[in-house]
Amino acid sequence: MINFFIALISGLIFGVGLIISGMANPQKVIGFLNLFGTWDPSLLFVMLGGIGISFLPFQWSRYQQKSLLGYKMNFPDKRKIDLKLIIGSAIFGVGWGLAGICPGPSLILLSLGLNEAVYFFLSMLIGMLMISIINIRD
Amino acid sequence: MHIDTSSFTPIASLAGGILIGISASLMVLLSGRITGISGFIRLSLERTHESAWRIAFLVGILLSPILYKLFFILPTPVVSHNPLLLALAGMLVGIGTNLASGCTSGHGICGIARLSWRSIIAVTIFIATAFVTATLTH
Repeated sequence: MINFFIALISGLIFGVGLIISGMANPQKVIGFLNLFGTWDPSLLFVMLGGIGISFLPFQWSRYQQKSLLGYKMNFPDKRKIDLKLIIGSAIFGVGWGLAGICPGPSLILLSLGLNEAVYFFLSMLIGMLMISIINIRD
Repeated sequence: MHIDTSSFTPIASLAGGILIGISASLMVLLSGRITGISGFIRLSLERTHESAWRIAFLVGILLSPILYKLFFILPTPVVSHNPLLLALAGMLVGIGTNLASGCTSGHGICGIARLSWRSIIAVTIFIATAFVTATLTH
């Protein structure tokens, strides 16, 4: 139950961060990703702030068995650099560069009631499910 | 390359990034979890007892613009109106993030903060393909 409230509050903070930073505005994301024309480097500062703040908490957590509230530390144990990681990242980047929307911001746009977000979000779910189905058959 | 000074928002983007970092830090320090939105969305669909807190985080993001609007003026996002482009982008984001086990949050913020090689490689690749795609299509 505590986990549930931590997640809800963290989600709220995360969403406000997306709004303030400009990540939830696809035009701004495209302005960053489009190197020719007029380049808007703002989103570098989002990464700087995000990684800067979370660096020490993650480095500390790496060496802990349990969280401060006693929950198990759930860090991915996968270490291998495989084709799935490389090809998947390349495909994700193409999708992100096309519309300027990644999964977190798609929820903000959905919440604003934009039809455009519905097209994006439903297709994203279909894409995710397609891969999950193929994985099961492996 | 020409820097777009009119839409450059280093302070707001840094502040938003810091909020995103605080959110990811709370999740790892208190709940022992990596904040990865694509994973949260995908795993929310698999109705297990672990879905509840993930859904709570996503609900937090969905509520954030509604809460934000009560105190501040919500910036209007500008997004492509082309349903085919949005659907294609969404599909690629869904396929790519599932294959790569992460997106801008899980790999981009948390993965880099914990110095995971898989994430450093994922981010390098998806930023590169996003730059190329956005530059060629806009």
